[in-house]
Amino acid sequence: MSDGLTSDINARPWQTKALTLLRDPLTLALLAIVVMLGIGEALSPGFARGDQIVRLLTVAALLGIAAAGQNLVILSGGAGIDLSVGALISFGAVVAGNVMNGADAAILPAILAAIAVTFLFGCVNGIGVTVIRIPPIVMTLGMMAVVQGGLVVFSQGIPSGNAAPALMNFINKPMLFGLPGILFAWLALSIAMVILLRRTSLGFAIYAIGANEQAARLVGLPVKTVRVLVFGLSGALAGLTGVMVIGYTGNSFISVGDQYMLPTIIAVVIGGTSLAGGSGGYVGTVAGAIALVLLQSLLTTLHLEVWGRQLIFGATLLVLLGMYGRQQAPRV
Amino acid sequence: MRALLKMERPAWLLAAAALVVLVVINGLVQKGFFAPMVLQSNLTTFLPLVLVAIGQTYVILAGDIDLSVGAVAALVNVITVSVMAALGGSAGAIAAGMAAGILVAVACGLLNGLLIAVLRLQPMVTTFGTGIIFSALALWVLPQAGLVVPDAYWSTYGGAILDVPTVLWILLLAGLFVFVLARLPFQSWLKAVGGNRSGAFQSGLPLTGIRIKAFVLSAIFAGLAALCLTGETATGDPLMGQSLGMGSISAVALGGTLLSGGVGGAMGSILGALLLGMIGNVIYFAGLPYEYQTLVQGLIVLAALAGGVVLARR
Repeated sequence: MSDGLTSDINARPWQTKALTLLRDPLTLALLAIVVMLGIGEALSPGFARGDQIVRLLTVAALLGIAAAGQNLVILSGGAGIDLSVGALISFGAVVAGNVMNGADAAILPAILAAIAVTFLFGCVNGIGVTVIRIPPIVMTLGMMAVVQGGLVVFSQGIPSGNAAPALMNFINKPMLFGLPGILFAWLALSIAMVILLRRTSLGFAIYAIGANEQAARLVGLPVKTVRVLVFGLSGALAGLTGVMVIGYTGNSFISVGDQYMLPTIIAVVIGGTSLAGGSGGYVGTVAGAIALVLLQSLLTTLHLEVWGRQLIFGATLLVLLGMYGRQQAPRV
Repeated sequence: MRALLKMERPAWLLAAAALVVLVVINGLVQKGFFAPMVLQSNLTTFLPLVLVAIGQTYVILAGDIDLSVGAVAALVNVITVSVMAALGGSAGAIAAGMAAGILVAVACGLLNGLLIAVLRLQPMVTTFGTGIIFSALALWVLPQAGLVVPDAYWSTYGGAILDVPTVLWILLLAGLFVFVLARLPFQSWLKAVGGNRSGAFQSGLPLTGIRIKAFVLSAIFAGLAALCLTGETATGDPLMGQSLGMGSISAVALGGTLLSGGVGGAMGSILGALLLGMIGNVIYFAGLPYEYQTLVQGLIVLAALAGGVVLARR
């Protein structure tokens, strides 16, 4: 297994290994990606063409960056979930748009401002969850409403701020090897996430807290600090996504991030991270984000009516979930 | 008196107190708030969320969650309106439309329950997925908002029966249902399933059946909310009720029910839903600049949720 903390201790016959591999969410997600590309190419030649795939990966990168934060929150357990990512993406986009206002020179300050503000919002989530002990789903739901309200005040309800040309090129134009810069940024983030989760004490603490919070506290892990940090990171990554989103669309409106909220959760779950916390990883989430975006794109090329597309999307989601997202049966 | 205070305090007491405060404030800021017409129109606005929140409570008590309620409401709305229109709008057509809507709601609830309790899929993601499917079906039945509801339907809903407004009848009947159900063993089973699932299983409770029933109840209440929305808007709209999912969860939490399951009750959720509506009302009439209204509403809801959690722990 490439993700998770388990390793193959026992040598098992290859049939068992093959079966385990096939039940591995990452393998399944990759398999689903290949199959969907095949179906798309068969139905509409050119679907799996290079530039189409690059386009698709760009959209997946936006989802994947936001899902990284969601992944950390879910991994750290305690019914951890962040429903405010959508609103924070919007907030990041609006802040970044207003700070840079079309000027290339202001890109870095814009990114820093967006990340700083959303990091603080995320930390407030974390403090609400750990100190006041509000359940994460309630805290982040409330935060979502507050941030949306803050956006209305901040922008007076009018779309405001423009992306700088260099940022738009970074996301929409080829930079190196015919790939836009955002894909390299996503790759760098993915490597950073894997190192964070697999090679740092913070990563081990996240898994430990997610698997068994009480045990983690008893061995002296700073449970509250880690959890506040994790929510803060989720906010910051949502803010970063917001910057990318405004670069992708050119300008920002106050609900631009709403559509990302539930997909981040789904990408994480499809990628094999357990909503109970403690097991999973970011590589699966990357595959999950790509699979999700690919599915949407495939359904768009099918020229179905909206309802047909939605129906297949929902059904596929349930099938994917049924293949490995099942929960344990109660035992005597 | 001491003993009375020591008795198990119902979780909804806090919501009730907050509601009283808000009613007083509302009476001060909104002229004629206590006029029967104004009360009736407010209740008409709040009623759909109240009904959905009642159903959501049973699912949450059992340790699950139902994000599909908004989509169920949209599907029931378009089915009801389409059946009424197809059968010509007589009294029989109205009854058939309502029955068809509720039947569809039951089917939606059964699907949710089967996927989650029998196939053991994760509730939040599953009901999000089934919600997408239900919205898709609603768009298939009625691609665009339209179709007119028979006059008798919306005029009865907006009017009065035996001099009591229909909406008040519905609220009272819903309250009676909640009251009765709270005294049946079923609600204790729900709490057992949500509070300690393996314990409930070991003591021989039929977990699967109980969880399925909770999802069916939730869907039926979403269907009833749809019938109310249909009476209010007098039209079919496949995109109706999208805010009901998150709104109902907030209402349940405000009403003192633990979202992790096992503790709480639907009476609190009724108060929580009314509270949410009243908060919006007070802010609207308090004369705040428009752009600050959402922010203040969000802050108050968050503060109320946090306060409820803190006080419930004492």
